Amino acid sequence: MGGPFSLRRWARLFADYTLFLEGLGVTLLVAVLALFLALVLGVIFGLFSTSSFKSLRAVSRVYVEFFQNTPLVIQIFFVYNALPYIGIRMHEFLIGVLCVGVYHGAYVAEVVRAGITSIPKGQWEAARSQGFSYVQAMQYIILPQTVTIVLPPLGNQAVNLIKNTSVLALIAGGDLMYRADSWASNGTLSYGPAYVVTGALYFLLCFPLVKWVRAHELRIKDRDTRQHAAARAGA
Amino acid sequence: MQVFTDIFSSDNTRFLFAGFLTTILVSIITVLLSIMFGTVLALLRNYAGKRVFGKLASVYIEIFRSTPLLLWILICVFMLPFSTALGRGSLALILYTSSVIAEIVRGGLNSIAKGQFEAARSQGFNFLQTLWYIVLPQCFKRIVPSLMSQVITTVKDTSFFAQFGIAEFFFNAKTLMGILPQKITITTAHIFIIFGFIALMYFLVNFSLSVIVRKCSKGDEEYQFYSE
Repeated sequence: MGGPFSLRRWARLFADYTLFLEGLGVTLLVAVLALFLALVLGVIFGLFSTSSFKSLRAVSRVYVEFFQNTPLVIQIFFVYNALPYIGIRMHEFLIGVLCVGVYHGAYVAEVVRAGITSIPKGQWEAARSQGFSYVQAMQYIILPQTVTIVLPPLGNQAVNLIKNTSVLALIAGGDLMYRADSWASNGTLSYGPAYVVTGALYFLLCFPLVKWVRAHELRIKDRDTRQHAAARAGA
Repeated sequence: MQVFTDIFSSDNTRFLFAGFLTTILVSIITVLLSIMFGTVLALLRNYAGKRVFGKLASVYIEIFRSTPLLLWILICVFMLPFSTALGRGSLALILYTSSVIAEIVRGGLNSIAKGQFEAARSQGFNFLQTLWYIVLPQCFKRIVPSLMSQVITTVKDTSFFAQFGIAEFFFNAKTLMGILPQKITITTAHIFIIFGFIALMYFLVNFSLSVIVRKCSKGDEEYQFYSE
């Protein structure tokens, strides 16, 4: 079939393009659901880690340290290979959403914690002294102020999360990477075109996010310098 | 207790630790080479942005940051004609990690006040001397936390190799799970203890790294860049 990038290999790939689109759909769906799960877990454990209860802080610490310090690959194989021994069998799609979501939840929790601790304590005390409950103070005063600063690191997490959904390929999860690899290794051996197309598709998903994060970071930096300048002029 | 003696017989333990050693060695080599290559990429992108090499560095960083590591491992392992699977896999990991480290180094470079540069130049340092003696030392001091979290990520990323027959820690552990049933009747306990042991070993390495960093960088926390 000629070289690794010969025309005939490309023709074959475009004849089977629906396969790649299906894979892309699975990857997108897993990414969106896992991101949602990661955000929910991240906010919960982020709040835990800034709580005044020692036990909640400890729970959050254990969650974050465990998931940040062990490989996602191991976690996903544990769920896929070991949990069936105790009767827990899940569809690969669900395993993907759960594992990727819980793994990145640990990173989001750290982002949320950093966001909350960056808000001066006076804001919190002022809110509480005005009769806001814990939930109200967080909901109306603290968390809204963290949004701007946590968005860039959250964007980075979203990019990493999309890339990490590719671990599904290791357990035949039907995502983009798995479809591409199994298409290439089943007979045709057209690795070249398959990987180029797959890379391009992931790039299309991630690059706009990367660009947006960088632009947003610049805007924050800009705003800070202007505020500093204004403060100095005022003083 | 029988379960433990089944799994951690001296042969099995030696086998597991041989894999563990490979994981550690590959991680160290990858990190060192990636820091070198990543720094070069960052310098090119920051200080030669308008020239050909600067543009190439930008394109390289953008492509690798927006595509999964697994894709590069597949490309290198299946398509490159040279070296062993371990060599090709490590190459993929180095290429990928360099792009992440390049962005971390760039964050550090951009955080250094312009006055440092101007002061050095006015004292007669040339461009390379300014970088080497003034800018890079300050830059690396500031990015230690982000760099370390990338080191941890790299250690974790080596576990992808298990899928490609590269005899690192996770591969050897999986192999052990495959051959154990030929000698003994394997139970749920065996599987869970092996997985627990795998997680524990990765955890020990990575957690100690993160503790060391936290000890060293007390007070420098404003320079966290939150790479994964």
